[in-house]
Amino acid sequence: MTQSAKQFFDEMQGYGGNVRAIYQAYNRWLSDVPTQQLAAKRAEAEVLFRRVGITFNVYGEEDGAERLIPFDVIPRMISASEWAHLAKGAVQRVRALNMFLHDIYHDQEIIKAGIVPNSILSNSQYRPEMVGVNVPNQVYAHVAGIDLVRTSESQFYVLEDNLRTPSGVSYMLEDRKMMMRLFPDLFKKYPIAPVEHYPHVLLNNLRSVAQTGVTDPTVVLLSPGAYNSAYFEHAFLAQQMGIELVEGQDLFVRNNAVYMRTTQGPQRVDVIYRRIDDDFLDPLVFKPDSLLGVPGLLSVYRNGGVTLANAVGTGVADDKATYVYVPEMIKFYLGESPILQNVPTYQLSKEDDLAYVLDHLPELVVKEVQGSGGYGMLVGPTASKQEIEEFRLRIVSKPSNYIAQPTLALSTCPTLVDQGIAPRHVDLRPFVLSGKTVSVVPGGLSRVALKEGSLVVNSSQGGGTKDTWVLERDDVSVETMQSQMAAQQANQEAVIC
Amino acid sequence: MLSRTADHLYWMARYIERTENVARVLDVTYNMSLLPSDSSNEEELWDTVLEIAGIRDIYDKTYKELNAANVIKHLVMDSSNPSSIYSSLRSARENARAVRVAMTTETWENMNTLWLEFGQYIKQDLTQTGLSEFCEWVKSRSHLFRGVCFGTMLRDEAFSFVRLGTFMERADNTARLLDVKYEFLIPMQEANDGAVDYYEWSAVLRSVSAFQAYQKVYRDAIEPMKVSELLILREDMPRSLHACYAEIMPILRQVAGSRQTEAERLAGQMHAKLHYGRMLDIVKDGVHHFLDEFILANRKLGEEIQRNFLSATA
Repeated sequence: MTQSAKQFFDEMQGYGGNVRAIYQAYNRWLSDVPTQQLAAKRAEAEVLFRRVGITFNVYGEEDGAERLIPFDVIPRMISASEWAHLAKGAVQRVRALNMFLHDIYHDQEIIKAGIVPNSILSNSQYRPEMVGVNVPNQVYAHVAGIDLVRTSESQFYVLEDNLRTPSGVSYMLEDRKMMMRLFPDLFKKYPIAPVEHYPHVLLNNLRSVAQTGVTDPTVVLLSPGAYNSAYFEHAFLAQQMGIELVEGQDLFVRNNAVYMRTTQGPQRVDVIYRRIDDDFLDPLVFKPDSLLGVPGLLSVYRNGGVTLANAVGTGVADDKATYVYVPEMIKFYLGESPILQNVPTYQLSKEDDLAYVLDHLPELVVKEVQGSGGYGMLVGPTASKQEIEEFRLRIVSKPSNYIAQPTLALSTCPTLVDQGIAPRHVDLRPFVLSGKTVSVVPGGLSRVALKEGSLVVNSSQGGGTKDTWVLERDDVSVETMQSQMAAQQANQEAVIC
Repeated sequence: MLSRTADHLYWMARYIERTENVARVLDVTYNMSLLPSDSSNEEELWDTVLEIAGIRDIYDKTYKELNAANVIKHLVMDSSNPSSIYSSLRSARENARAVRVAMTTETWENMNTLWLEFGQYIKQDLTQTGLSEFCEWVKSRSHLFRGVCFGTMLRDEAFSFVRLGTFMERADNTARLLDVKYEFLIPMQEANDGAVDYYEWSAVLRSVSAFQAYQKVYRDAIEPMKVSELLILREDMPRSLHACYAEIMPILRQVAGSRQTEAERLAGQMHAKLHYGRMLDIVKDGVHHFLDEFILANRKLGEEIQRNFLSATA
């Protein structure tokens, strides 16, 4: 183990002492499998992923090349008790965020109570068009991706909430399918909670938020089209849910209703699971030059003629400037204390915070308030002097555009890299689904920073993914594993010879 | 299904069929031009090719001289000519790519291979050698396309619209071919005291793979009236107008479901005309007149298909 394993909490090794209980059986298995065999499995996975076409377009690269997100064959495990805590916390958070969104577009009690400042109303993600609009079940964020990081055995933090059009769930599903194909024996031994029902839950939720009176709602998935970076996921989810994958040109508005053009004539659409940003939804209201959207859509939506999931205007709740208020929101709306904690955050719009941050740039992570995907951020400890000074100028010119956080000691997870198996930093994005109820499928997208020491896990910055194993119970018997493994190993050797 | 998906599938099939028919006409004309004749005749020969494709105007804008090399270049690889094989194949593939998920893997791979192999052919100078081989390749690729659709696709709406595209385009192409050749050959026949140009008419038949069929059906010398009957009225002749409408009719009835569409009515009307029509009556008004009306009616049907199914706004 390298030194970093001792500095950082490792999902398998803890702080370098004994292998953690839930990983012991796996560790036994892993130590019996030669690294080349793992590498061969990874190569097999790549071939399969490429054949299915699970690729990702990277913006800003000259060739606009389609890339495969690297897939790691070593799973990230979460114990049943850890998951119970995380799931409860994520659900609590999303319930509060939905209530906040309803409030901010209606009575604004939270502002009146002095908990969230009035300035939130001038946030660019706040949509005045949504004021007074009633959405079914008062659900705004039907799909929420809550990014979690771990810094010690017992400490998880919420890094950010993704409430606009969070993506990545196709990797949760495809990585699982791949792992079951590559290592079926492990699934027999480990009580791994299944995730395959995610599309089913999503579809049920989407149907449940149709306008009242609609008995058999038509649900569609609205995609920007084949050139979008997440197109694979759009096509995948539409196919899994058995709904039409539409583009803006397939829809039109008439008599306060949205229709899709089908060979059987226009067909009424009741719920649109949209994977297009607010700005591009309706050229009559937002960006006038958008070709992706549907002219008149917002007017139908505001009049209750169609449901959009997620709702318009959710960005105001997942903005990094709003993030700091989420724990208070939970207390305010639910009367509960937050189960999951925020990362301590400096708001550079506050003078004291700004002064502190400018003095401590090399220790901090500074993020643009509206940035996403790891673009436009400074990671102090790994940045060069020049990068820090350049960023300082950007901060000073518009402090309110930035927040800062201490550099977190993100946990690591054993990962197959060129040099063998080594610890790499990971995060976790579970997907919280809201309809008539709020729930979370036991699993998520585990992203891993493949570069040694890197803390940036975004796929656009060279991150990879891992399958996430949420255990249904924590008493995985090492003995059973061992004896069965030994038999398995004998079998395998027989096959290999 | 989504109109856009149906539209892409329909046009993919139309462009493939168009490519095949352009190749057929080119191949036969090229072989004709190898026969001994005076040069004025050859110019007229290549002129008919432009007339069949309906691109005389575009050609005249680009080329000064009417000759084999120019016409071949224009019809095979000229990207400014929307009817060239290059343009049609590119459009076919673009349409296929847009609905990749709606078709079988084999169908998509076939389309993709077609485009990649075409890239090899256009590096050659087809005006010198290899035109026949190239035309053979286009034909066999088109056969393969229909075969892979027929052999792998679920019999759902997607399949129906692919087939519809094929037969709508084929009906148009056969009618144009016959119309232009008829106009060109009948005056020659009159000038020659009624002697039928065997080579010319057999070339017409060959270009729609009907030469052997003609001999089987008529066991007789080649006569323009019989050629016309074979290509217009015979239901058992797979590239005839009647055969195309015998395919189009049930497809439109099926995709319309319980709706009454103008497209189905127009197709039914034309089908009845071809099914119950007699050559005698067609000749009375003139074959040219009949074919002109057919081409217009077929175009009108195409517009109705577009309106009723492929861009449903009403």
